Amino acid sequence: MSARLRAADVAVGTELPERTHRLTRADLVRYAGASGDLNPIHWSDRVATGVGLPGVIAHGMLTMGLAARTVTDWAGDPAAVVEYQVRFGRPVVVPDDDAGAEVTVRGKVGAVLDGGRVRVDLTVTSGGEKVLSLARATVALA
Amino acid sequence: MALDAGLVGRSYPPSAVYEVGRAKIAEFAAAVGATDPAHTDPAAARALGHADVVAPPTFAIVVTLGAADVVIADPDVALDYSRVVHGEQRFTHHRPIRAGDRLVSTTTIEAVRTVAGNDMLTTRVDVATEDGEAVCTATSLLVARGTA
Repeated sequence: MSARLRAADVAVGTELPERTHRLTRADLVRYAGASGDLNPIHWSDRVATGVGLPGVIAHGMLTMGLAARTVTDWAGDPAAVVEYQVRFGRPVVVPDDDAGAEVTVRGKVGAVLDGGRVRVDLTVTSGGEKVLSLARATVALA
Repeated sequence: MALDAGLVGRSYPPSAVYEVGRAKIAEFAAAVGATDPAHTDPAAARALGHADVVAPPTFAIVVTLGAADVVIADPDVALDYSRVVHGEQRFTHHRPIRAGDRLVSTTTIEAVRTVAGNDMLTTRVDVATEDGEAVCTATSLLVARGTA
């Protein structure tokens, strides 16, 4: 088990370990079932292209959930995230093959707040393009 | 069709109780790639000071997605759901969600806007225990593309 990170050990500019995730159609199906979001744009090419999307896209909430792990692993406690917000800027298109899509998550401390809290600013990209914008988490450190 | 500005502030009756189970937390954690043992092992969660396994930061969507169905079912909310994409999401955690919680959600329409031909609807779901302890506030922006 990881130890909880102390606020005294971080400063503005501290970088979080970068993490890359691979998303395949199976991951989308798993997330659909676990979350209850059965919107067919996340599993049917026919429906996705019918509403003008380039193909099946990942749930924005799946990308948001993956990105959270970068923060919680760093903080050492998955309950340390007290506020978390994102804007879904660009969809992550997940092709129907074994390679799927890659999502890379980078994070940096953007502000040190009162009470042992810090704001982490996240940069989340897929295929070199930003997929989340204004992605930030407020984290309560030990 | 533009959304009626008079909808702002409309609040719906509280949801039925959602009981948070260890198996559901484990299933959701696996689906978002969250491997911390505090999601699956009560002893690991207790070592961090939690009464039982804790949910990942975005787990509240499982609770609030169903609760927000009252908005979709409201005939006054003229949003074309076939064109809807998720624009923004925010969670404010007043305390962690953990197994055994019995949660009630109350949904409120916080804002309606039309921007560049898109109808936009912001909902806020306040999640509390059935005893009234505030647990989480989830704010969602839904965008109906090209409907306005």
